[in-house]
Amino acid sequence: MNKYVIFYIIGWILNIEAAFMLLPSICAIIYKEKSVFAFLITIVICLFIGIPLSLRKPKNRVFFAKEGFLIVALAWIVISIMGALPFYISGQIPSYVDALFEIISGFTTTGSSILTDIEAMDYCMLFWRSFAHWIGGMGVLVFLLAIFPMTDGESIHIMRAESPGPSVEKIVPKMRTTAILLYKIYLGMTLLQIVLLLLGGMPLFDALTITFGTAGTGGFAIKNTSIIPYTRYQQAVVTIFMFLFGVNFNIYYLILLRKFKESLKNEELKWYITIVTSAIILISLNIGGIKGFFKSIHHAAFQVSSIITTTGYATVDFNYWPTFSKVILVILMFIGACAGSTGGGIKVSRIVILLKSVRHEISYLTQKRSVKILRINGKKISNETARSVNLYFVAYMFIFTVSLLIISLDNHDFTTSFTAVASTLNNIGPGLEAIGPMGNFSNFSNLSKFVMMFDMLAGRLEIFPVLLPISLGISKIKGHKLTLPR
Amino acid sequence: MNIIIVGCGKVGATLAEQLSKEGHDIVVVDKKSAPVISITETLDIMGIVGSGTSYRILIEAGIEKADLLIAVTGSDELNLLCCLIARKASKCHTVARVRNPQYNDEIDFIREEMALSMTINPELETALEMERLIKIPSAVKIEPFAKGKVELLKFHIPEHSILDGMKVMDLSHRLQCKLLACVVERGEEVYIPSGSFELRSKDTISIIATPENAIDFFQRAGILINNIKNVMIIGGSTIAEYLAQRLSRSDINLKIIEQNLERCEELSELLPHASIINANATDRDVLLEEGIEDMDAFAAITNFDEENIILSLYAKKHSHAKIFTKITRLTYDDIIADMPLGIIINPQLVTADSILQHARTMENPTGCNVEVLYRINDKVEALEFYTGKNAKLVGIPIEELSLKPNILICGINRYGEIIIPTGKDYIEEGDTVIIVTTNPGLNDLNDIIL
Repeated sequence: MNKYVIFYIIGWILNIEAAFMLLPSICAIIYKEKSVFAFLITIVICLFIGIPLSLRKPKNRVFFAKEGFLIVALAWIVISIMGALPFYISGQIPSYVDALFEIISGFTTTGSSILTDIEAMDYCMLFWRSFAHWIGGMGVLVFLLAIFPMTDGESIHIMRAESPGPSVEKIVPKMRTTAILLYKIYLGMTLLQIVLLLLGGMPLFDALTITFGTAGTGGFAIKNTSIIPYTRYQQAVVTIFMFLFGVNFNIYYLILLRKFKESLKNEELKWYITIVTSAIILISLNIGGIKGFFKSIHHAAFQVSSIITTTGYATVDFNYWPTFSKVILVILMFIGACAGSTGGGIKVSRIVILLKSVRHEISYLTQKRSVKILRINGKKISNETARSVNLYFVAYMFIFTVSLLIISLDNHDFTTSFTAVASTLNNIGPGLEAIGPMGNFSNFSNLSKFVMMFDMLAGRLEIFPVLLPISLGISKIKGHKLTLPR
Repeated sequence: MNIIIVGCGKVGATLAEQLSKEGHDIVVVDKKSAPVISITETLDIMGIVGSGTSYRILIEAGIEKADLLIAVTGSDELNLLCCLIARKASKCHTVARVRNPQYNDEIDFIREEMALSMTINPELETALEMERLIKIPSAVKIEPFAKGKVELLKFHIPEHSILDGMKVMDLSHRLQCKLLACVVERGEEVYIPSGSFELRSKDTISIIATPENAIDFFQRAGILINNIKNVMIIGGSTIAEYLAQRLSRSDINLKIIEQNLERCEELSELLPHASIINANATDRDVLLEEGIEDMDAFAAITNFDEENIILSLYAKKHSHAKIFTKITRLTYDDIIADMPLGIIINPQLVTADSILQHARTMENPTGCNVEVLYRINDKVEALEFYTGKNAKLVGIPIEELSLKPNILICGINRYGEIIIPTGKDYIEEGDTVIIVTTNPGLNDLNDIIL
């Protein structure tokens, strides 16, 4: 294993994080907040570790899938550990575990908060929390790939490990150009949303933080009541952009190339649109009846976009919705956004592949001799992809079950425990009952919080990059045992 | 440049690797998914699984914006069809590998009519290279520059040679011939020698000289030069056929040993001057009976690497012949390097080199473009540039130029007159300049100065 490359890249990640922290520092200076020192201390710590690591350029820069996974898993853990420091040092979040939970929730674009009173926080802290969404949405390592010339093909392993979706491919031949393109689209859409919100009369600080939360499909709001205090126009803008950030970014690239026909042919997009519209119609009918259909459509659309893209903003407390609507929302939690977007969840394309496999299996049971091929977008799904999707689902269910079991020790009611796991593993934010859109996660024990932190990372990195270091660790411990003298 | 490579076999993979290292945007297309997956995991390129002759696949590969399409699948017809479709789909340059001897005489017509930029016949190229090496037996590699007026010759310094311990700057006046040592390979290391660099025995050295000077040099340096009279070729492949055709023009006795009787009859019809032996060459008695001990050159070019290696080792032991070994799998080149196998012949590499040369010569932003390019090995390249109007180094004596490190100007061709430059010579507009460098990827003469 090429340890030097791993250290080298982690070093650069720390330097980049230090650079990112300059933005909340500026924010603190503008609002004349004392907590700026917390950021400055953290920046110094990051650079103190990061610079020596990044200066030792490894001679051998070849690495394989294993290192790729490890780099991604370690990078996310390291940025979270460092990212939590400002909250802790400034004393705004007194417990380090809580601070860590908050920042992991930020980077993984979950949006679950342990804060009981968000508005009591300093502006710079709120900014950092929301900015973490933006960084985590497209991925820190993809950012590194964009600014950092890595000429070797191995960098694809990093992108595969960090980007969501069953089969991650480059959109142009060069890794770096691909990463730059993705970030350009991301930045462009972010700026557009900020401008539209400002035009709607939203204050700049609110527009920035809410857009960061939308772009990364995160969901940290800066008000205790989420998005409720804003105007209808502003809510509508957020609705549309949540939906847009849940779409595969490759489609935007095709649109930029003016290949509109091809972009519309995308099967996942069709499914995504179908699911969203049917969910909106069903919920509107359920909460407003036929009379109040059009009245309720605004809130239904906001909540559906928010949950399916795994953002987690709310314009109403859907805890008071009828059970049918709540169940729809829970189902949407699991489906998640499109592959290659900033959203979480299982991903629409995986669901489509799973459903097609089931249909395939049924036809196989009745007609053993028929030969059929799984297709998506008119192309054959390779057995590799189909297998990895099936296994992903199995691993997902396994982690879900174990997490639920551990969290149930806290003795919350079933809905709270179940949706807490669903919400963190799918990177959504709010759940139902105690952790509903107006609630928070502060009542969980530290053990549960650690489980949920793991779930958030597993959900964002799509499980396997997080499981690999654990399995490597276990096999290492086992290996040591074998060599122990008797 | 945006380059599409159709066919991801050995040649395709070598091209993709080299071209992507030079910073081009590469898309590979292959029918099989396994090679595409494996290459996209090691190189920063994009892969598409599908047929290169499909218009839809070519569009997906970005043919509309491509500058060059290289078709190197196993089939000539597929390659040609692929280039034809690509030409119709966009204005890109096209390169096809066409290896069937049947097309060889008609290749100019095909190239012209199908508007191909280049066709390449690996077997013919290989045969031509072998022919050059047979003509100057002391060298292990000869590359012509300035339309053949000057050559880059690579050879090993034998033990107890007078070159052992000689400084590079003393070469010319002590041996009384004009030449320039431009690359020295010692073990794993490669040097572009300065004047005070001391040569040692067992070094592999490349020199630039005119063909006449080269022969003088080899004689004066005491590196044995016997004209080759008897050549034995094992394996009646296409390379053997081309080589025999070329050699039949000189008075060389050629013997081809081939196992397949039908092929023997075919060869016998095609090559009246050569003697064709129908036998199994791995049989020791056959080799001895056919006079392996008296051969001046021995080429093992069957389709099996292992067989070729054994045959060459045997020939090395039982004769003083100059040995050629064809090896197609280069994965174990570090092991092969230690074996006394003589000159390693690899048609894939020859193909990749020629196409690479073509790709590099396509780019000419200032008119100072590359005319000839040779990769001496992975680390060193020799290039010939045309000095256009925009060249910055015109008229300045070479010793006053601030060249980038690891660049050596080793020849100037001024309207047919070859100058092996000293510090006082200078470059004029219209010259072609031969440069040796360890910085791969140069494509403009102006790139060599700081």
